Amino acid sequence: MKILICISNVPDTTTKIRFVNDNTAFDTNGVQWIINPWDELALTRALELKETTGGAIEKVTVINVGTKDTEPTLRKALAIGADDAIRVNTEPKDAFFVAYHISEAVKNEGYDMIIAGIDSSDYNGAAVGGMLAEFLGVPSVSSVSSIDVEGDNVSLKREIDGGSEVIGTQLPFVAIIQKGVAIEPRIPSMRGIMMARKKPLNVVEPVEADALTEFVSYELPQAKAACKMVDPENVKELINLLHTEAKVI
Amino acid sequence: MPVLVYTENWDGKFKKLSFELVSYASEIAKMMGTSVTALSIGNVEQNELKKPGSYGASKIIEVKDDRLNHLINSAYSSIISQVAESEGANVIVFSNNFTGKALSPRVSVKLKAGLVSGVTALPSNLDPFTVQKKVFTGKAFANVVIKSDIKILTLSQNSFEIIETENNATIEAFTPEFTDNDFRTEVKDVTKVTGKVLLTDAEIVVSGGRGMKGPENWKPIEELAELLVAATACSRPVSDEGWRPHEEHTGQTGKIIAPNLYIACGISGAIQHLAGVSSSKFIVAINKDNDAPIFEAADYGIIGDVNKVLPEIIEAVKELKAES
Repeated sequence: MKILICISNVPDTTTKIRFVNDNTAFDTNGVQWIINPWDELALTRALELKETTGGAIEKVTVINVGTKDTEPTLRKALAIGADDAIRVNTEPKDAFFVAYHISEAVKNEGYDMIIAGIDSSDYNGAAVGGMLAEFLGVPSVSSVSSIDVEGDNVSLKREIDGGSEVIGTQLPFVAIIQKGVAIEPRIPSMRGIMMARKKPLNVVEPVEADALTEFVSYELPQAKAACKMVDPENVKELINLLHTEAKVI
Repeated sequence: MPVLVYTENWDGKFKKLSFELVSYASEIAKMMGTSVTALSIGNVEQNELKKPGSYGASKIIEVKDDRLNHLINSAYSSIISQVAESEGANVIVFSNNFTGKALSPRVSVKLKAGLVSGVTALPSNLDPFTVQKKVFTGKAFANVVIKSDIKILTLSQNSFEIIETENNATIEAFTPEFTDNDFRTEVKDVTKVTGKVLLTDAEIVVSGGRGMKGPENWKPIEELAELLVAATACSRPVSDEGWRPHEEHTGQTGKIIAPNLYIACGISGAIQHLAGVSSSKFIVAINKDNDAPIFEAADYGIIGDVNKVLPEIIEAVKELKAES
């Protein structure tokens, strides 16, 4: 079985968000870039499966659509333990554009399980995994919180609003995962970092593709009014405020 | 060219968010001078089925098939695309919940329709079609133009008011065409959580952090949640420690929620946690550290030991309930 992990290159989650050029572009000045947190969990689980299923998983590949600037993120994925990486050499425009590029790059490569994060922490598109499945004409299972492999069988747990389901699927397929498949992401070891330098990172040139949406401007949320402090000796007052002022209880 | 809404049901009853969606779609339809068609997939009783009409849908399309009792992404997105085509819909609206996130991307590719997920308001402009959405997990908003003829939106939960109206909806059955490829996944087992308020549906959420000191101290959180008909949640360290299940983890990499009231007990308010809860209408923070960043995000705060304050809150809520 061959596994592909879709990797998004996103600002560190503690980044202070600012915009430039009249609020039409994200200010990348001084930003630390990381593997999108869900994608990191996907990679972690894929590597665990590779180690524990006795050779059932032949290879774990990571893919990213991005310019040369995103290579450190792919190298980090290789250092964590991916076997090889693919970079589609173009500026990502929207989810449709990214998913189409990934599908074109991998459609003849025989991946059995493709894993994408349920969301990306930058533009929160929550769409690449589902779109990719549709472009490839394969099933998708979404909001997956556990993945198990036995031989050629894949068993998944999908979280639904109000419970969970155990799902079986034909291969190939796309799993769109959330926290739960793994809890803590792996961090690269020193040896992993050394080895990553020699692992293949294949650059694929882009194809003709459309973006269907365009981000035209940004706004920051309005500053919140100061917190109203309630005396800890008078807790009743809090309930009173929630009842009569906020009117929420 | 109606606005098409996917109205999801749970055990045969429409979810509250489905009515929020129909209300939202009705306002878009008014802006565009058109009508709203609601689409229901699965078994819903006739009495329930007409309900989207009370929120502005003029037509309700019903698709029933024994194979559709569970969500199957391929089959469901195929149905939605077929109905969109037969209705000539040029705007399709989903909720930005698990189901909407599962289906809208597939429909987007089938119809070559631009998708914007996590929309927070009505379109600010129809030509070019411009909507606002959350980006950077609630730390900012973006204005996005959809360039394709058909537009798909997923609406952030709890971001639009439910508006009731007169009901003159017609109900129609629709028979979709399937291929074997639409049924390549299979649900083998279902676990339903009953008797608990769903975190993503809840109007009030009571949440605990590391300041609770240990899982044995969760009783008051559960008691307060029960009193307020609220869901329970927790911060990341709490779920990582295994004090509470991962399904309760609220924050950047966990659940993103937007209840009317979020009560943060012993939560310091790391930026990643705030990203998941900052869209709440009101936030109450209880923390013994007066420098905790949660107080910058909160509307009401109490500086004190949560294990002492919570029982007093419970008493005060009981008194309020007794009075009213």
